[in-house]
Amino acid sequence: MNFWGFSISEARVIDYDKNDKTLAQIMATEVPSSKLCIGCGGCTATCSAGNLTEFNIRKLQMLAKRGENKELQTQLHKCMLCGKCLLVCPRGVDTRRMIWSMLRFINS
Amino acid sequence: MNLEGKQQIWKDYQKDIADDRYYYARSCIRQTFFPGSEWAYLDILGNKLGKTVFDDPRHTTCTGIGYHSDVVPVETIMTVVARHFALMTEAGFENITPSCITSFGIYTEILHTWEQHPEWEEKTRDFLWKATKREFKKPKNLAHTSDVIYKFRNEIAAQKKYSLTDVHTGQPLRVVDHIGCHYAKMFPSKGIGGAEFPAVLSGMVNAWGGESIDYPERRHCCGFGFRNYLVMANRGFSVANSKKKFESMQPYEPDFIVTNCPGCAMFLDKWQYTISEMEGTTYGPNGYGIPVLTYEEMAALVLGYDPWEIGLQMHQVSVDPLLEKMGISYDPEAKYKNIRGENIGRPQCPTYLKV
Amino acid sequence: MSVIIIGAGPAGCEAAYRLARSGESVELIEKEAEIGGNLNNWYQLFPDRKQAADLKAKLRKNIEHPQIHLHLKSKPVAFSRQGDGTIQLTLDDGALITGKALLVASGFRTFDAHRKEEYGYGIYENVITSVELENAFINHQINTSTGHAPKRIGLIHCVGSRDEKICRLYCSKLCCVTAVKQAIELREMLPEAEILCFYMDMRMFGPGYEEMYREAQEKYNIKFVRGRLSEASEDREKRLIIKVEDTLVGKPLKMTLDLMVLMVGMEPAEGNDQLISMLNLQTAPNGFIQVSDPHSGTNCTHQKGIFVTGCSSSPMNLTDTLTDARSAAVTISEYLNS
Repeated sequence: MNFWGFSISEARVIDYDKNDKTLAQIMATEVPSSKLCIGCGGCTATCSAGNLTEFNIRKLQMLAKRGENKELQTQLHKCMLCGKCLLVCPRGVDTRRMIWSMLRFINS
Repeated sequence: MNLEGKQQIWKDYQKDIADDRYYYARSCIRQTFFPGSEWAYLDILGNKLGKTVFDDPRHTTCTGIGYHSDVVPVETIMTVVARHFALMTEAGFENITPSCITSFGIYTEILHTWEQHPEWEEKTRDFLWKATKREFKKPKNLAHTSDVIYKFRNEIAAQKKYSLTDVHTGQPLRVVDHIGCHYAKMFPSKGIGGAEFPAVLSGMVNAWGGESIDYPERRHCCGFGFRNYLVMANRGFSVANSKKKFESMQPYEPDFIVTNCPGCAMFLDKWQYTISEMEGTTYGPNGYGIPVLTYEEMAALVLGYDPWEIGLQMHQVSVDPLLEKMGISYDPEAKYKNIRGENIGRPQCPTYLKV
Repeated sequence: MSVIIIGAGPAGCEAAYRLARSGESVELIEKEAEIGGNLNNWYQLFPDRKQAADLKAKLRKNIEHPQIHLHLKSKPVAFSRQGDGTIQLTLDDGALITGKALLVASGFRTFDAHRKEEYGYGIYENVITSVELENAFINHQINTSTGHAPKRIGLIHCVGSRDEKICRLYCSKLCCVTAVKQAIELREMLPEAEILCFYMDMRMFGPGYEEMYREAQEKYNIKFVRGRLSEASEDREKRLIIKVEDTLVGKPLKMTLDLMVLMVGMEPAEGNDQLISMLNLQTAPNGFIQVSDPHSGTNCTHQKGIFVTGCSSSPMNLTDTLTDARSAAVTISEYLNS
């Protein structure tokens, strides 16, 4: 029983200094085109999974770049690897490969 | 931090603070949590600086707590504030000096609103007349009481009995200040040094021999936030704000925190106990906390007032180590005695926080 | 009788040269001891990384034209017109200059970053402006105040632009591309450093700009975070702790920087207001000189015979400034021949 009736909130802030950015580095090396994302959201707008679930590929890869990997664990497997995102990306990001790279990391 | 750079930025702006004849507006909570602060202020102004301050028993809360908690409507608070101005006018004063930064913010906001929307001033005059048959003049000068102490910081320095220095090492005490959001974040030009690098408290610290420490979360809110704190479910993020500040200031090993705002003083003092009980963490050396002083208490210590006379035994975080450092002679036995020498009882000891 | 030009920056020099080539005599007035204006504070130009000094040398050579009379260290102090409309300008050394037309090419000054107090310029040692960074490039030396090579550098866009708080609602146009250019230059000097740009929008409007942005991301590994700096603090090692929102993720973000570069925007030149009042011109809402028509009168003011070019009328990049100067020269020639 918590005597106080409340507990101290955890910070929501992205602590860039402390976050582990191993995945971000792997992604930059394995999929150099991933660095070209400008966050336009074309991928998410057309995403098969994203239209039915919370899966947001644009946001997930940005979180990964900041070392915020927690959400990937629960979301990434929702991707159906249909490749539509690849077709619409105006910057030529190899999104399918990027997802593979992230999946391999969280499964290892 | 390059203080010269900071001073350069503000050199063209100096806040106008009245010289004498202040109408005093007390804080609601300061007298409960830090009971000697307001008494010390009145005593310093009257007896050490020879100023006239009118402490009016008819003065009430400004209702700022209710206003910021969404239970007091703006018409009500304006009428209450108008009554304060009426009392000031009737007493023959023109300079109002609230001892609470929320009141200071409220007065500033209302005067500004009346300037921008004169119809609200007319409406308020009407409300006040209907409710009390009173009329008022707007204050000529509005200053927070810390502004007044800041103005006379050098006069106080000239009379000081103790310095903000460690008598054992001869080094200046390391002081972190906390200004409080309502002092200058709403109207930066109304605060000394603005909202970003406020000088009101650090100016006192420097004048009295201490060293002001600029730390990363210096400008962050203490987490009070009125309705946030008042609702128990929200207290978790209220305390998290104070925790963020403690974590940020701890590496600088501050000797004490000096505060501007009644609420902040309470939160920064009492939350250290709460955090220690919840998580076992303390922020001072050897299991102690970081002492928290109001600026009146700091001024009073410098001027040689007895620590127990100004109510320092009411603090959650023990100030005794600080008194030792400053070389203040005090009677440890008198800590829990009232002015008649009677025992007032001792608080229970916290689990982790050393007192 | 000649054409008087106030300001010998790129706009003034280019217009002077074009007017001289078309047969006009030009009185070119410059308050500094040297021509070039703000160009003197740049190291390399975008998008082709040309040396600013080379462009300046070219401008200087051009104005050696016999029809151009350069008055350095001179400021106009009084203005009057004769009955036939001839313009008379008195300089601070007492000289009287007359002309048939007057071209204002007084340019801009960079925003005084002290005014964004919460960014700590002038207060924290490792906060510098984009102009200071250009100067560091000229000297080929990038160090923190403690003498170390910076490991993480943040470039903050829109300092003094698009900001209601400092009464600068407009976009200064060149800061985004300057940031990208400077980030690349930093990368070349510091291959191991992490370099981030914090932007509100990437306004890569000029030819080659978007391509350079792309290259900065892919080839030079510059990171771009969409979020405006809210405040910076200093830690004990004199590094900066910054607070932004990573708006594309929707979370606040904090990080430590060894060096923070403020991309300062453009303001009307020093003396702009006095010039406007002396010449009886109109002030545009952005504080620069109002042109008579946003499409057909971009070099004309509301005073007959008084023209404007370059950053006197609004922020422009160098390419547009030079184009605008040539446009002004054509406009003035037409006026003189009509």
